[in-house]
Amino acid sequence: MATLFQGVGAATAFSASKSLDSSKFQLPSRRFLSERNASFLVVRSDGRVVPRSNARARRAEQLITNAVATKPDSSAASTASKPGHELLLFEALREGLEEEMDRDPQVCVMGEDVGHYGGSYKVTKDLAEKYGDLRVLDTPIAENSFTGMGIGAAMTGLRPIIEGMNMGFLLLAFNQISNNCGMLHYTSGGQFKIPVVIRGPGGVGRQLGAEHSQRLESYFQSIPGIQMVACSTPYNAKGLMKAAIRSDNPVILFEHVLLYNLKERIPDEEYICSLEEAEMVRPGEHVTILTYSRMRYHVMQAAKTLVNKGYDPEVIDIRSLKPFDLYTIGNSVKKTHRVLIVEECMRTGGIGASLTAAITENFHDYLDAPIVCLSSQDVPTPYAGTLEEWTVVQPLQIVTAVEKLCQ
Amino acid sequence: MSFATTKFAHPIPLSTTAARSNDHKPFLDPFKATRFLGSTHKFRFHPLTNSNHINIHRRSAVVAVSDVLKAKKPKSTSNLLITKEEGLELYEDMVLGRAFEDMCAQMYYRGKMFGFVHLYNGQEAVSTGFIKLLKKEDCVASTYRDHVHALSKGVSARAVMSELFGKTTGCCRGQGGSMHMFSSEHNVLGGFAFIGEGIPVATGAAFTSKYRREVLKEADCDHVTVAFFGDGTCNNGQFFECLNMAALWKLPIVFVVENNLWAIGMSHLRATSDPEIWKKGPAFGMPGVHVDGMDVLKVREVAKEAIGRARRGEGPTLVECETYRFRGHSLADPDELRDPAEKAHYATRDPITALKKYMFENNLVSEPELKAIEKKIDEVVEEAVEFADESPHPGRSQLLENVFADPKGFGIGPDGRYRCEDPKFTEGTAHV
Repeated sequence: MATLFQGVGAATAFSASKSLDSSKFQLPSRRFLSERNASFLVVRSDGRVVPRSNARARRAEQLITNAVATKPDSSAASTASKPGHELLLFEALREGLEEEMDRDPQVCVMGEDVGHYGGSYKVTKDLAEKYGDLRVLDTPIAENSFTGMGIGAAMTGLRPIIEGMNMGFLLLAFNQISNNCGMLHYTSGGQFKIPVVIRGPGGVGRQLGAEHSQRLESYFQSIPGIQMVACSTPYNAKGLMKAAIRSDNPVILFEHVLLYNLKERIPDEEYICSLEEAEMVRPGEHVTILTYSRMRYHVMQAAKTLVNKGYDPEVIDIRSLKPFDLYTIGNSVKKTHRVLIVEECMRTGGIGASLTAAITENFHDYLDAPIVCLSSQDVPTPYAGTLEEWTVVQPLQIVTAVEKLCQ
Repeated sequence: MSFATTKFAHPIPLSTTAARSNDHKPFLDPFKATRFLGSTHKFRFHPLTNSNHINIHRRSAVVAVSDVLKAKKPKSTSNLLITKEEGLELYEDMVLGRAFEDMCAQMYYRGKMFGFVHLYNGQEAVSTGFIKLLKKEDCVASTYRDHVHALSKGVSARAVMSELFGKTTGCCRGQGGSMHMFSSEHNVLGGFAFIGEGIPVATGAAFTSKYRREVLKEADCDHVTVAFFGDGTCNNGQFFECLNMAALWKLPIVFVVENNLWAIGMSHLRATSDPEIWKKGPAFGMPGVHVDGMDVLKVREVAKEAIGRARRGEGPTLVECETYRFRGHSLADPDELRDPAEKAHYATRDPITALKKYMFENNLVSEPELKAIEKKIDEVVEEAVEFADESPHPGRSQLLENVFADPKGFGIGPDGRYRCEDPKFTEGTAHV
């Protein structure tokens, strides 16, 4: 699956930026919400439909992009004339970060090797040179303490982005993330805000071994007071990064080690994504496939096969791992009546488990079949390539699961 | 002879640094490593093979600042350490701390407050000695033994008592409790119930001060953060990690160890390879000071210097205040382990009595003046209890407030609206 259509994501993101403008009023207006809904209903991502009156949405729909690194050249010849600019996912994150640092001097970065080294995946490349060592702070290897320091800085007015060099290292900061990041706003009776972003590379990479191949979203999801988002394309990586920085809530932004080199054309204009919204990747009629992060690409690969076999799956990148966008998910369930969840997370207590519960609670009456959840295996991620491959969900499994589900 | 009665001014710590004027500087110079480390044999340090009851009166380089200052600094007409006004302020703050905590014990046993309640009795000189020198903008990070730090910083007794009663008028609306006192108005950053977790937060607040001065170019931002924690914390990684970072970036912070010799039932001497915590300052490139934490005037002298250093941008200081808690670890602790002789010894060193004595001996105050303060404080505490008692319990509607600063964090519901717009969120009855 090489080509992805970014229209829907872009359109919803543009409308989401309005919510930000009105963020002073805590809640978005009804007008905003109806617009947001409209963009979902009208914009199609199969490239066929969509006459729209909204100029911004129209512009967004023109963004037919290539978001899979393995086939970067399929549309390379024609990209030069298209609007926007092309960049890799890590560069998109960096661009979002830089724009926010330009916009707000309270925004700063701290973490291991984020400064002079430019970040282990170059997300903060050259930022220390531009903003100085204090704004892009290289910390000693002391995860719990520099995370706590970020929280203290946030309590006193800054907006730090805390990078876990590898998401797994954040286990060492679990106490600060849980007790202070998540709960302190509540225990202080609302007196102190913790507007931090905690981000870093996670997920199962290529034979990185168990400790560097963690799927921590299951660990973090039950911490109250924290929002979690997972980016999957350069477009949403930038938009979510910017939204996370501007949010007054602590946000954990999950990046995936294998997605940093995804290439995509993104708008030149400033945009921002909604932290709470899911992204319609491919509308369809037969089955709802809910996924996020890297598994989105396994799903799209499977979708290609499924389409050839005559199925019309609807693919949704849930993006917001906590809270779930129950509107987008629910609308899809009401349409297809079948749900397959594909995640890289651990099976026990994972995002898929929570999603299953949420769908059962809210949309049980619309289901024609039990929800199927494909998670990675509950094993420490093995080193050996074969074992590692069997640990995470593969496209063929997705195809089989859909076939069974749609019988 | 105990450390506390030792008026032993160590020759090395009290020397001045070469670069500075010959102002008295009660700090070890961390950079004169050979001189400093070479002098350790002069510390009359009892090896750990000694029995516990001897060890509790360990001797070390007690910086008897007050004596030296008295001898050295007859600047003003008198050589007193405090003015009458200062003395009364310190006295009032310590008496408030004591009376408040005694009242907490009563209220706990009467079933007015619940959970773990850790009282500060005996350690008042530390809170008062440091916090009364701070400005409102300066930050304080505390531990689970935090009521008195909050009071010293200016949080009203009624707000703290009400919080303990779990009432909506409490300083955290009843959502924090005994171990989570916060005040954004008074810059009390908490109230941290786990060991050591407040130190990084305090370090972050100090980082903000530096950031404001150097990045945001707010030249007048000279805010200082004081982090309080106990001897038990000094074996925790966050302590060491933050000493390193604070010294590395010269953050305006003072690390104050309230060494009360006991981490619940674990004697400091059984837990720590080198029990002289102050020595860990120089190891990280910052001054380390050991002060008698039962003497508010000594604490105050050291605090003045340490806070001043931080304010001038000269970096952090580690201060070990040797003190003692007069009650058990918490009100749930039967306190059967500590030697009665040890308790009796420290009871004779009550910091409030000591200040009183100093002020009487120097004719700073009269008995009726102190009595008037005690009466006033009794009234304040009584009034706080009445206020807390009469205050309402939090309503159901409060349950889901403050989970997220931006309630959009509850997400989008099946109807496409943000869930927080649902009246059930305002009512606190939504299921989240």
